[in-house]
Amino acid sequence: MITSQQPSIPVRVTGIDQVTPSVKTFTLEHTEGIPLPCFSGGSHVVVTMKDAQGQVCHRNPYSLTSPPDDGRCYRISVRRDDAGRGGSLFMHERVGEGDFLDISAPVNLFPLNVLARRHVLIASGIGITPFLAQMHELRQRGVPYELHYQFRDDDGAPYRDAIAAREPTASFYESDQGEYLDPLAILRDQPLGTHVYVCGPAGLINDVSAAATKLGWPPRHVHSEAFTAPPVGEPFTVVCHRSEREIEVPGTASVLEALEGAGLEPACSCRGGACGECETRVLEGDIEHHDHFLSDDVKAANSRMMICVSRARTSRVVLDL
Amino acid sequence: MTMQAESTVAEPRVKPVETFRDDFTYSNSPEAIRRFPFPFPEDSYMYSVNIEPHNGGPPGSAYAPAFDIDEHYLSEIEERRKVLEEDPSRCTVLPHMMTAQWDTLELLMESLSTDYPQHFSLTREGDRWTWENRLLGIHDTFTFGDPETLPMEPFEYITRQVQGDFTLHDQRDDMLYMDGGMLTCQADWSLQFDLGMNFYEWHGPVPRAHEMGVFDRALKYLLNLQVGHPVRRLNWTMTVNPRMDTSPENYHKWGIDRATVTPENVGDKAHLRVELQALYRLPRSNAVLFSIRCYLISVNELATIPKWAKRFHRVLKTLPDDLADYKGFIDYRPIVVEYLSQFDDGEELAYGAAPE
Repeated sequence: MITSQQPSIPVRVTGIDQVTPSVKTFTLEHTEGIPLPCFSGGSHVVVTMKDAQGQVCHRNPYSLTSPPDDGRCYRISVRRDDAGRGGSLFMHERVGEGDFLDISAPVNLFPLNVLARRHVLIASGIGITPFLAQMHELRQRGVPYELHYQFRDDDGAPYRDAIAAREPTASFYESDQGEYLDPLAILRDQPLGTHVYVCGPAGLINDVSAAATKLGWPPRHVHSEAFTAPPVGEPFTVVCHRSEREIEVPGTASVLEALEGAGLEPACSCRGGACGECETRVLEGDIEHHDHFLSDDVKAANSRMMICVSRARTSRVVLDL
Repeated sequence: MTMQAESTVAEPRVKPVETFRDDFTYSNSPEAIRRFPFPFPEDSYMYSVNIEPHNGGPPGSAYAPAFDIDEHYLSEIEERRKVLEEDPSRCTVLPHMMTAQWDTLELLMESLSTDYPQHFSLTREGDRWTWENRLLGIHDTFTFGDPETLPMEPFEYITRQVQGDFTLHDQRDDMLYMDGGMLTCQADWSLQFDLGMNFYEWHGPVPRAHEMGVFDRALKYLLNLQVGHPVRRLNWTMTVNPRMDTSPENYHKWGIDRATVTPENVGDKAHLRVELQALYRLPRSNAVLFSIRCYLISVNELATIPKWAKRFHRVLKTLPDDLADYKGFIDYRPIVVEYLSQFDDGEELAYGAAPE
């Protein structure tokens, strides 16, 4: 039958670059020196991090930023988040050149639409990462595109200089200089058949979607990277109805992570509330939904939850697991 | 020569060309019968999302290699050539699928040269690739990514050298679209009709499964298919005479066959047709390749395996009418059931599709 978790790819960290004071880029190669799978622009891998005792401590998804047709190595960029759940800090402080990591096969939940006649890419800060691989792909295919890249200051602008050198049509917006991208102005004069892609904070995604809607764009021409980092919250108890187990979910871990910590292997893939793989039936309890997969109706009914990002509002939930 | 790890893949003795039309000289050797992918583990059949990882199988079985090459290789390649000669549109790929074409060529060449090093080899020097297919006497050097360096587009080039049909599916808007294919041995469906359709549209005619929610679950699963982790399932129907090309385009040639089944000829004329279907995520294009490998076995060949004769008798007898109608054999089903009844003593059969 359908298995839950996919085997991983063992990689070695062969290079670390400090791109900005808060962003590091890691170069990864297969431990056996064999090629890694080619991928499509917008793909991510899930990186599994282990502590000194070999116990899994973090699993975070990161976009691949290297050229998609080059299997010699992958590159990922990690922004240090001191207020986060610890995965990015682990990458910044504990991972060095020569270290070993496990990654999943590439998965693309933010693909370019191959039928689009023109692509408008809108990024904010570290949201630039999926577009690095996508621009490589678009250049190779000779499809027209334009990039709009907004950031707060130089620290928040990874790859700005490299992009400026390679992408003559890129527009940059430095928000602390009072420069903001204007989604209405960007989208207003695009030809029919254009698709827009946005990766950044929820506010930017909402602004771009609202502008596209106002201008009458078909919803299917508007794409956003739907990843959510699992939020922190209050601790609660998960009751697994079928396996008759009770598991405590700490405030800083997701349900999925707590179940894995207890030795269970629920089906999952993206760990960001986007792919739908970990959809789980809720038998009892009130859910605080954080995913981009379930419909509003299902969310309101509290009948299902995505255990990778969503949490309980009640102190106890019963799941069909 | 490098040492090969012990292979779990059959080393087929490839037969000379037999025919799937006119005089129908196709038949299965005893070895081919024993490795037939019999699809019924139970006495009754109903749809399910019967998908499992396609990561090998018992040594020598049809499930062991990524793409099964068997004793009928030359016959099926020749049949494909004939079908395409009469109707080149049986291989059509929409223009936006060129990256997926190269992905397919890479996957098939890598898989075949790994599973069958005695028959196929691939040498890669950067973008310069050399492909050798010793069964067909092909030895070509080309530039990966440059269609001008192959005698035809990459998808057609490689699928003309592999048994079974193939379709290519683009993934956009959280949906799969049938945007290309090579179909010369299909069970009564048409690429030209389905081309460009989405997952729900091309499955439109299937009875019951929509209401059962089978397609919703299958689509969600396929949208999350990962590179390097293909999945497979079996599908089945029945065909009169060992005819590979039961396409709607040629219905006038084979539709009438269904009225020729008699109690006297049913054992040789009626065939169980099984498709070993596998789905692969393609790396560069993010498209999905669907391979549909067709196996045909006559009722008499099948009856040489007593367990299969009993089980097939029970499955056919209890199959709901709408499924027998959809699969196209409701008219001659009673003759097959009556014929198979002589082999079925009512013994309780163990769960499983293996010959014993």
